[in-house]
Amino acid sequence: MDTILEMKNITKTFPGVKALDDVSLKVERGEIHALCGENGAGKSTLMKVLSGVYPHGTYDGDILYDGGVQEFKDIRDSEDRGIIIIHQELALVPLLSIAENIFLGNEVSENGVVNWPATFARTGELLQKVGLKENPATLVTNIGVGKQQLVEIAKALSKKVKLLILDEPTASLQENDSQKLLDLLLEFKAQGITSILISHKLNEINRVADRITIIRDGKAISTLDARGGTITEDDIVKDMVGRDMAHRYPDRTPNISSEKLMEVRNWSATHPLHPERKVVDNVNIDVAAGEVVGIAGLMGAGRTELAMSIFGQSYGTDISGEVLLRGKPIDVSTVEKAIASGLAYVTEDRKEMGLILEESITTNITLANLPGVSENGVLNEGAERSVAEEYRGKINIRTPNVAQKVMNLSGGNQQKVVLSKWLFAAPEVLILDEPTRGIDVGAKYEIYTIINQLAADGKGVIMISSEMPELLGMCDRIYVMNEGEIKGQLAAKDASQEAIMRMILKA
Amino acid sequence: MTDTDTKSIGYYLRTHIREYGMVVALVAILAFFQVLTDGIMLKPVNLTNLFLQNSYIIIMAVGMLLVIVGGNIDLSVGSVVGFIGALAAVMIVNWDLPTAFVIPVCLIAGAIIGAAQGYWVAYWRIPSFIVTLAGMLVFKGLTLALLGGASVGPFPDGFQAMSSGFIPDFFGGLIEGRFNLFSMSLGVALAAILPILGLRARAKQAKFAAVEEPMAVFVTKHAVAGLAILFVTYLLSTYRGLPNILVIMALLIAIFTFITNSTTLGRRIYALGGNEKAAKLSGINTKRLTFFTFANMGMLAALAGLVFAARLNTATPKAGLAFELDVIAAVFIGGASMSGGVGKVIGAVVGALIMGVMNNGMSIIGVGIDWQQVIKGLVLLAAVIFDVYNKNKA
Repeated sequence: MDTILEMKNITKTFPGVKALDDVSLKVERGEIHALCGENGAGKSTLMKVLSGVYPHGTYDGDILYDGGVQEFKDIRDSEDRGIIIIHQELALVPLLSIAENIFLGNEVSENGVVNWPATFARTGELLQKVGLKENPATLVTNIGVGKQQLVEIAKALSKKVKLLILDEPTASLQENDSQKLLDLLLEFKAQGITSILISHKLNEINRVADRITIIRDGKAISTLDARGGTITEDDIVKDMVGRDMAHRYPDRTPNISSEKLMEVRNWSATHPLHPERKVVDNVNIDVAAGEVVGIAGLMGAGRTELAMSIFGQSYGTDISGEVLLRGKPIDVSTVEKAIASGLAYVTEDRKEMGLILEESITTNITLANLPGVSENGVLNEGAERSVAEEYRGKINIRTPNVAQKVMNLSGGNQQKVVLSKWLFAAPEVLILDEPTRGIDVGAKYEIYTIINQLAADGKGVIMISSEMPELLGMCDRIYVMNEGEIKGQLAAKDASQEAIMRMILKA
Repeated sequence: MTDTDTKSIGYYLRTHIREYGMVVALVAILAFFQVLTDGIMLKPVNLTNLFLQNSYIIIMAVGMLLVIVGGNIDLSVGSVVGFIGALAAVMIVNWDLPTAFVIPVCLIAGAIIGAAQGYWVAYWRIPSFIVTLAGMLVFKGLTLALLGGASVGPFPDGFQAMSSGFIPDFFGGLIEGRFNLFSMSLGVALAAILPILGLRARAKQAKFAAVEEPMAVFVTKHAVAGLAILFVTYLLSTYRGLPNILVIMALLIAIFTFITNSTTLGRRIYALGGNEKAAKLSGINTKRLTFFTFANMGMLAALAGLVFAARLNTATPKAGLAFELDVIAAVFIGGASMSGGVGKVIGAVVGALIMGVMNNGMSIIGVGIDWQQVIKGLVLLAAVIFDVYNKNKA
């Protein structure tokens, strides 16, 4: 076996965070090499270094590929050498056809004039290779996510791929689409194409991977050989998690009120563009004061949509159902009213929907409760600053100055600013949507501590997370959601990753 | 102690380079033309003209700033200027309606025009560029229709006084010659009040947290502003005193500076432009705010229309032509961001003054209208490049 790729001692630093710390990775020609690790462990960063998204010079270490040291300046550079990466967020143009997308930037043309017959013919061949039965002229927006994934792979094949990198390709796929995709990978392997597969789904990895490298907190922990069939999921998990679960989550003695603080009854919402699609279907959930309730589910299960439709109908149309606080119905028809009724929603996408990046920490923290720092509509700048200083101290936002623009903060500190904003709005129930997404382990612990403190203060906390260990470590009770419906709930003592997965898959 | 002091002053100036940079640029351009025009630039009569000529641009720049900070644009303001001028002329000249009735009616008409456009932008999410481009055509056409293609005028004296009148000298008997002591007193009073207000704001802020702006910067800023106010009012007082329109403008600038800097309404507009989704999820009624910025813009465009008609003493079908470009350029020169969320009222005013001083100065030294356009275009580009450069460096 010869080595197609060797990444040597790669270190990559972002302001405030060491994303990769002396990572080495060896990939053999013709194998399927899996990269495992928790969210934020550094897998995607490593692949971005490899593909030239982070160009040579912005990281330390060497990339040896296909027999020589490579210094990729950009993606194009690495693509020319046959390294193709398919990102988690697909890079397709929705309103162009499949054929146009496949040959985007690489058009079948002569002197700048596109040869359409050749384009469509070659697209047809490529689609056949990946097993996609669609007309090359179909717009990408009109096919499902699973098929879009296949278009991405067809696009990779069109570029004479030698090393195919897939970043969580099955994260948003249904079970049978996932199986098809994995079969395709095995087929490619037979044709001599090397693949790197980033995935959270350990059963998939076990099925296709030859070797597995595990990354944790920006370091390569181990490389396991899975060809003998002796590697179990537990082996992988042990290296992924590293330390005891007990130390990853702060201790807490739950003090849960026996009465329900908030109840959501018969809640439904439909997709804003496809009125026939019920995204949230007759959901009933509740939370008590002092309780941390989790909502588990796969991507696209409808969890965010549930939360946002409750929070001032920020998502969906045709919303029906009832929200009760302490047994009394409350009006949540607009965000303003939902906040006034005592709800807060911390978005999963802090940069797009939670923060005004160009503004100061102060401005962001007071945004949801401007009346709290003003009189008759006139702002009291001093009061604003003191509120910001208060939360900087209480929540430990690391910044020299609260006048600092939020865009200059690390992910963890940005998340603390979003949390501060909602704490200052003094809600009774907080819905936290992926509260630790994309932040490093230390900051996660701090966020967990804040969540526990909220519960201890008698707030009701609903926590949506795709990281099951996090839900298991933090929640008193976990709802399991799939395809818009609550499939069931588990008490903390009965919950496990397997139990949750079983509940999700239960039709 | 001194060391940390100077360091923090340096840091403060570096982070606020845009605000002070524009003022420095305005002063430099003024000085440049003062030399090139052999002192004509700052002659009292020219200075008076400078304010009269640019009043309507400044009035609209203030409203346009809110629209642009909110993440939109209004291309219709030039046409609205023409339309409201025509409306006023028809009502006053053709129908003999009293001025005191026509002015509020025209302002309300402007607000309705703005609201009508804002409605589509805010509640239907039609891009403002398109809605106001349509508005630009519609009101240009309506102006022509209203005037029947001809000019209508002249206006009665009372109406003209709005843009060509001066604050009367209530102390008239006290001093020989033409020096307007009352106007000068107003200037002195303003120069005295600003630092007092500033100090009170600092004291209020200090009660809660450390004051961000270093004292040295505060003192310098107010000293320069005070001297500039005294200097300008002195010059104007030696001519005919403060123009009425300058007082109206000063009031508008003060009101809108207060709204943008110190009220929840202003903060919410910045939030809307900075990140609409985040603002919405923070309980801010983004639609109503967008609607408000357009209604407000319409009313200020109407005011500008009245001022412009009063200044020309006639309503012509060509009034307001291409004004929107000057107004938008002023706002961007003043540091506002195309994507919204960034910009200051005072910046837009300084931006309008920079354009005005350049127009005036170049006209005096005899630069043709052709090259004036070229130079103004390059200045706009340079100002925005400076912005982007600064932002990337940070």
